Amino acid sequence: MKWARWRAVLVLPFLFLFGGCVERTAVLNPQGPVARMQYDLIMWSVGFMLFIIVVVFTLFAVFLIRYREKPENAGYEPPDEEGNTLLEVVWTAIPILIVAALAVPTVKATFALEKPPTEKVKPITIHVTAANWKWIFSYPEENIETVNYVHIPAGVPVKFKLTSVGPMNSFWVPELGGQKYAMDGMETELILQADKPGSYMGRSANFSGEKFAHMEFEVVAQTGTDFRKWVNEVKQTAPKLDEKKYTQILKPGLVGRMTFSNTHLQWIDHAKQNSHHADGKPMKNDDQSDEAMTNSHHHGE
Amino acid sequence: MKWSEFFVTGEPLIYAADVAIVLTMVGIVFVLTYFKKWKWLWNEWLTTVDHKKIGVMYIICAVLMLFRGGVDALLMRAQLTAPNMKFLDAQHYNEIFTTHGTIMILFMAMPFIIGLMNIVVPLQIGARDVAFPYLNALSFWLFFFGALLFNISFVIGGSPDAGWTAYFPLAGNEFSHGVGNNYYAVALQISGIGTLMTGINFLVTILKMRAPGMTLMRMPMFTWTILITCVLIIFAFPVLTVALALMTFDRVFGTQFFTMANGGMSMLWANLFWIWGHPEVYIVILPSFGIFSEVVSTFAQKRLFGYKAMVGSIVGIAFLSFIVWVHHFFTMGAGPAVNSAFSITTMAIAIPTGVKIFNWLFTIRKGKIRFTTAMLWSLAFIPNFVIGGVTGVMLAMAAADYQYHNSYFLIAHFHYVLIAGTVFACFAGLHYWYPKMFGHILNERLGKWTFWLFMIGFNVCFFPMYFLGLMGMTRRMYTYSAGLGWTPLNVVATVGAVLMGIGFIVLCYNIYYSARYGERDMTGDPWNGRTLEWATASPPVHYNFPVTPVVEDVDAYWVMKKKYGGFHVKEEDLKPIHMPSNSGRPFWMSVAFFVAGFGLVFKWFALAIVGALFIVLGLILRSFEDDDGYHIPVDEIKRMERAARKGA
Repeated sequence: MKWARWRAVLVLPFLFLFGGCVERTAVLNPQGPVARMQYDLIMWSVGFMLFIIVVVFTLFAVFLIRYREKPENAGYEPPDEEGNTLLEVVWTAIPILIVAALAVPTVKATFALEKPPTEKVKPITIHVTAANWKWIFSYPEENIETVNYVHIPAGVPVKFKLTSVGPMNSFWVPELGGQKYAMDGMETELILQADKPGSYMGRSANFSGEKFAHMEFEVVAQTGTDFRKWVNEVKQTAPKLDEKKYTQILKPGLVGRMTFSNTHLQWIDHAKQNSHHADGKPMKNDDQSDEAMTNSHHHGE
Repeated sequence: MKWSEFFVTGEPLIYAADVAIVLTMVGIVFVLTYFKKWKWLWNEWLTTVDHKKIGVMYIICAVLMLFRGGVDALLMRAQLTAPNMKFLDAQHYNEIFTTHGTIMILFMAMPFIIGLMNIVVPLQIGARDVAFPYLNALSFWLFFFGALLFNISFVIGGSPDAGWTAYFPLAGNEFSHGVGNNYYAVALQISGIGTLMTGINFLVTILKMRAPGMTLMRMPMFTWTILITCVLIIFAFPVLTVALALMTFDRVFGTQFFTMANGGMSMLWANLFWIWGHPEVYIVILPSFGIFSEVVSTFAQKRLFGYKAMVGSIVGIAFLSFIVWVHHFFTMGAGPAVNSAFSITTMAIAIPTGVKIFNWLFTIRKGKIRFTTAMLWSLAFIPNFVIGGVTGVMLAMAAADYQYHNSYFLIAHFHYVLIAGTVFACFAGLHYWYPKMFGHILNERLGKWTFWLFMIGFNVCFFPMYFLGLMGMTRRMYTYSAGLGWTPLNVVATVGAVLMGIGFIVLCYNIYYSARYGERDMTGDPWNGRTLEWATASPPVHYNFPVTPVVEDVDAYWVMKKKYGGFHVKEEDLKPIHMPSNSGRPFWMSVAFFVAGFGLVFKWFALAIVGALFIVLGLILRSFEDDDGYHIPVDEIKRMERAARKGA
């Protein structure tokens, strides 16, 4: 039967949807206000999309079944219709309404994502430098640096200042929120926040060469107390980073996790290395340039 | 340079390819010599300016490239089936996804579409050839040698490995030291020049060479989409030309347009690439819409619903396609205002596209649907493309895109639109116009096998990828670890890819089988067609129409059949026909482009200059050429018409 065939085609996608293959991880498992805002937006759009799919698939199935050529309708001559203005207005207007219903929350969310999710807590700043093929995290205020893992306090907005020394990468921790590019000679800012302590996987989402697939890092969210304890521990026990060691880390290749009790920002900030910006100011991705914050990076130690 | 650097070494797969290439070349030379076909090859094909033969050559190349790109795809799927596979190493995988993307878009989808438009458009508008037949031959050979140059990279010098988007600074000298990305820059440039000339050629052809009575609003929908596509090509391809030229300067001559050092700006490349790249995907999708319109209307046996709205929506889509490019990098941090604006323009594309979907649906409503293979492809397009379309709208929402960007969600989306849109259209068009090209019909039974295998395989392969993306899998990863939970869906995807591969094999067998045993089309109109190409013999005589037809409405041939019982030619109306002469110059000029390109790739500037001199020589010779073509006398036309219509 033709219908049975078509039904199989229509049902197939939903088998995947509800089958055991899909685990609620990453984007489907938001663990912070940023990821949740994006998750809600996604689910809002999915509703409209399913509506469109149901309408189109239903019309499609009904027309295919009713109007196929059969021995009974051999003498039937299809009408010579040019169109139907009313119908065409309807199916132009409905998509316009749907696009509007999607555009408004999209624009709102797009603006909201550029600001910390909460005003009550002072955000912390972490500089992120992508290099072939590792992630370097510098805490200017705490004056510590980590490689391939990063600790953050839960419930506190984190301003990640992203740059790259080398090819473009994309900084993505799906359970905490969407990604942004880390680019050479530029600085982009991504604000994320974790609800509660936990471990979240991050990776580069933009191809950057041979070992790009291994550019993973762990985000460890801790309570405020634990986080401060960890910072103090690092300050006391971790070795100092010097330029020689730093140059070694930057060499193309893979490295393990590392921890240092100072940052490379004291001698170089790759975000300001592009000769387009001879004044030494980074290219900002928004207009609200935060001078005080930028200055504190250099005098923090 | 050492020989061991010139030839790619160290990979068993590459050595096998080397052997296969040598054997194939020896085989071709042997067959041509043994059957004494060299002269035939030169006179009938290499020097032809006939739009139909050029179209056939485009399609042959496209099918070969579909094979190459498909093998690349299967290698990638094999590597990703299980976690931590050692089948391909990272470098090899990176080369393969780069060539897969580049080949499928530029050397498979483009030539397939351009091949179909070469064959069909002059026939649909009642013309004898395109406006500039010589230029058309040059377009084809530039594409051919561009594609050849790109393809030899995997055995000579090494393939590009920075993705089909070739983002800087990765694709620059600072991080890509081999010649791979030189191949990318130069090969795309050569075939891109060919494409630009095709755009100009067909724009003029459609605007100036339509049969009397065919006003713009009486043009077949496929011709309409090609007209708009030509406008897109003319506006978009110069951007690619410039971007690739700058890339070539950076890579070959050491300039600093996109580099990290000395004030280069890598974001500039991404912008230029996508200012071309987004219209480019509409260049392959609009003609597909045209093909579906023709096929759906023919096999629903009903006029296309809402013709004017269809025309309006392709114009709207074409306009919007130039103001959405930033959605390819919302994550670059352009700021919320910019991202919001590009979100809205992108979502707006869903409106004209939705109009088209409903118009197709209402074309089949009250129709009398015949489920031929061409129709199955066209019908399957609707639900599959809608899935790709709605997920495209989801990607257009900037704030949400930060979670989809560069993930397998994106991979699933663009394969749903490009395969269900363009590839389904190419297959629909191939089955539909096959009798017009070769005079016989592709076997319907085998055709339906191909359809079901490929269509089901396609869904099994790509639908799970939406979820892999949401589960955090990013594109271009050559491997992943076991603990991530991505394995089951990856296994499913590989099974789907294999089904698609089997479908392709059945298609190739069908081409062979139908050539030997297929039903011959003696009528010229096997599908009860509606447009003028079906008024000619199958295959048409090289001048297409003995007298120029007169058009009275949309669906010109349908009206002729209703009113006059067909397209009748009175022998006393025949007049001598003016036709263009063949020329070998487009072929050897393109060889010169190839030689110059090869020289640039390896920085062998003496060779590049020799190639360039021959290009200039070709231009000079053409400029002083005094060849107005030739006339076919009436007696000759009568004889050819009788021969062509023997079976009718």
